[in-house]
Amino acid sequence: MGMLVVMALVAVIVFVLTRAASGDPITVLLGDQATAEDIVRVQKEYGLDKPLPVQFGYWLKALSQGNLGQSIFLQRPVTQALWERAEPTALLALMAVFIAAAIGVPCGIVSAVFRGKFIDQFLTGFAMLGASIPSFWFGLVLMQIFAVSMGWFPVSGYGDPGASLAERLHYLVLPSVVLGVLNSALIIRFTRASMLDVLGEDYVRTARAKGLSEKVVVLKHALRNALVPIITVLGLTVALMIGGAVVTETVFGLPGVGNLVVSAVLRRDYPVIQGALLVIAMIYVVINFLTDLLYMVADPRVKY
Amino acid sequence: MKIPLILKKLFRRRIVLGAAICLLVVVLVALLANVLTGYDPNETAVSQRLSAPTATHLMGTDELGRDLFARIAFGGRYSLTIAALTALGAITFGTLFGLVAGFFRRLDAPIMRLVDAMMSFPDILLAIALVAILGPSMLNVVLALVLVYTPRVARVVRASTLVVRELLFVEAARAVGVSTARILWRHILPNLMSPILVQASFIFAYAILAEAALSFLGVGVPPEIPTWGTMVAGSQQYAHDALWVVLFPGFAIILTALSLQLLGDGVRDLLDPRLKKSM
Amino acid sequence: MNSNPTALRLDVRNLSTFFDTDEGLIRSVADVSFSIRPGKTTALVGESGSGKSVTSLSLMRLLSRTDSTQASGQALFTNRAGETLDLLALPEPAMRRIRGNEIAMIFQEPMTSLNPVFTVGEQIAESVRLHLGLDRTAALAHALRMLELVEIPAAAQRLHEYPHQLSGGMRQRVMIALAMACNPTLLIADEPTTALDVTIQAQILELMRRLQLETGMSILFITHNLGVVAHHADDVAVMYAGRIVESAPVRALFASPRHPYTQGLLACLPAQQRKRELANGETRGKRRLYAIRGQVSSPLAPPPGCAFEPRCDHALAACKEAMPALEPAGPQRAARCILVSEAAPVVTETA
Repeated sequence: MGMLVVMALVAVIVFVLTRAASGDPITVLLGDQATAEDIVRVQKEYGLDKPLPVQFGYWLKALSQGNLGQSIFLQRPVTQALWERAEPTALLALMAVFIAAAIGVPCGIVSAVFRGKFIDQFLTGFAMLGASIPSFWFGLVLMQIFAVSMGWFPVSGYGDPGASLAERLHYLVLPSVVLGVLNSALIIRFTRASMLDVLGEDYVRTARAKGLSEKVVVLKHALRNALVPIITVLGLTVALMIGGAVVTETVFGLPGVGNLVVSAVLRRDYPVIQGALLVIAMIYVVINFLTDLLYMVADPRVKY
Repeated sequence: MKIPLILKKLFRRRIVLGAAICLLVVVLVALLANVLTGYDPNETAVSQRLSAPTATHLMGTDELGRDLFARIAFGGRYSLTIAALTALGAITFGTLFGLVAGFFRRLDAPIMRLVDAMMSFPDILLAIALVAILGPSMLNVVLALVLVYTPRVARVVRASTLVVRELLFVEAARAVGVSTARILWRHILPNLMSPILVQASFIFAYAILAEAALSFLGVGVPPEIPTWGTMVAGSQQYAHDALWVVLFPGFAIILTALSLQLLGDGVRDLLDPRLKKSM
Repeated sequence: MNSNPTALRLDVRNLSTFFDTDEGLIRSVADVSFSIRPGKTTALVGESGSGKSVTSLSLMRLLSRTDSTQASGQALFTNRAGETLDLLALPEPAMRRIRGNEIAMIFQEPMTSLNPVFTVGEQIAESVRLHLGLDRTAALAHALRMLELVEIPAAAQRLHEYPHQLSGGMRQRVMIALAMACNPTLLIADEPTTALDVTIQAQILELMRRLQLETGMSILFITHNLGVVAHHADDVAVMYAGRIVESAPVRALFASPRHPYTQGLLACLPAQQRKRELANGETRGKRRLYAIRGQVSSPLAPPPGCAFEPRCDHALAACKEAMPALEPAGPQRAARCILVSEAAPVVTETA
């Protein structure tokens, strides 16, 4: 299966990247505080005196046991660090996808139906603009206007340790608006393209020839067929959000995975970089695979 | 009669024309920066720090009293150069891999799996990781971004190559005995020019945005180099008192990225009538 | 074609459709006039690009509603109640009430003309519910009757199946069932059998003939297949480069075609060629099949005068000067050629 090959390649790439970054894998695994005995023990345990491909094998073995190594700076297993940081990122991604879809899908439909007219040009232009705005800039500007000046939202952070879900969401509003609005651009373009494809199909012409109103033709006959590709793009957008979260979390000081990766890079915390890259990439691969699967399931014409 | 028709179509689409002009303006401003402004972008004047836009300082000054317009104009040189080099590199290597993958069946699967694997990482994360390995410098940022965007170009080029390969004149050339290299160079490559050009425009835009994001996070070019991204990074804490220090570099980024994307879209519409239906 | 005193089902007068493209103004359909009698079949004949499909889409007002499409002229339609309406002047809501109801249309590609995500029964029922106001159960029952009407085996089962589960011939039957669902007075069939196997073609044509006899509807049959025209049409209108060049009752057209293009078309039929050879006393030798020389001119660069002139063996100098008008050329006949008028001698066909 293609997916497994890709995952294998991803593992190789991550392995190569981190080996290239820090020459000494022991420092990667143990940190600066390693004693001479630790070094020898680890060398034997992980076969670090053996050739590189063998080391790769040991690393994979550790992975399969769920061991991503130990964070140098956070003094805990990488897996734990990632898990602790998962919630803000996940919530942020979901909220952002919701906003992006709520804006993107209707605008895309309108754009397709009124193709060539002013509203189409305006929405397409808006989509282009959204794809050209740097997320950090947009975040800073929105923060300035809505948090600092108007005080509607907190400037940064994720709330106190005991905060309720509602409070947490309040902290996430601005960042998810930033991510959501900017990513709606892609959804507008994709929805528009998908709808235009479908609107050009023969069965839409048949529906019109039956005397159905344009509203019914578009929303019942066309949309149901256009929806499948749109849903798959939404799935991909979730994956994109994880990448987009990197910058947004930094701007808004959210304790999420993205923020973790950036600070790990700045501090040369290699186990974290390695672990986070691997986990995120794997999530990407899985999401892509699931959306492909969804496409196959949702289209009654495809047999599998 | 094909060329005049294309120009006629271009002029009909005023937006694309406008985008081309905007881009030209941005490039010219960067190139002629020392002519357009008398200020030295690095010259500090602490007494005038964070002053609002006036007649003397068209875009105001930053936290060290440096004229913002001068910094944006000169900074454009760095930002545009990095992005242009990235586009060039990504196009070159992407075309190479895409062409090979599309033309030689046996190499298709391995190359494409590699491309899939590379594209499994979010762009920014991969770029960050690569710069972390290579170390922060302008060249390394270019290299990292080239590595990030090459797979994307490879995919597009491969798809187009697959289509062109099946066209009859390629079979004819083969039947006559033309060598493979010549086929690739003289027959297939020219037909890929339009998707390649379109991709070049988009990669340029993505690179502008990516470099800015990297520099903002502090994992891009060293902060001494005045790219648009480092400008925002350095001045962000003053946004409350002087929003313009963040606003104007952002506008520069937006204007450039937007023009490039509009241009890419426009060129794609013009040169590929088959796509007109859906886009 | 317009001598019948009783109301025609459809009387098209000077229909023209323009497309404004990047390359220039294209006159897809120009000055088209023909009529359809109640209960009869009129065939609209022409090669690809002659404007036949655009004509039918213009009549149904189904051309894409962008600014670059303009239609002019009149299309006088007499509905069930006996009122005469100009289809091209009707407001859109009124036109919608006619579509699928009084005037139904079936298209060339049965494989793609049905919505893949709805069952066959639902799609027919939808039309019935819209125009006849039936509720869901009654509509589905009606849909079942329609499927049986078009001779689909195991209709009750097919009712709940999706289009992709049916063959091309079946799908076209479903399209006919859909078209007939509200008992239309005019059926527009745009090359309905071109995409089907020859054996299925014959069945579909027979089905349409039978339905016409049973319901008394008129049919506008668009095709490029003269054999089908000979067997199934009552009146014929021949199109070339967006214009009607000849119209006549079917027998008269085949017996004595007046326009050089029609003559050329008929001469292309191998059977006709054989007849001519026998009539001329030629023995069976190696003969090439006749083809009209030349090609259709580009719609962007039409010839100054008659559109057919570059390819016509009887062309005169005057043919280059102006487009001939569509003149009467006999009882219920018309032709667009300066060589043809009541006064001029009849031009005999040549090989």
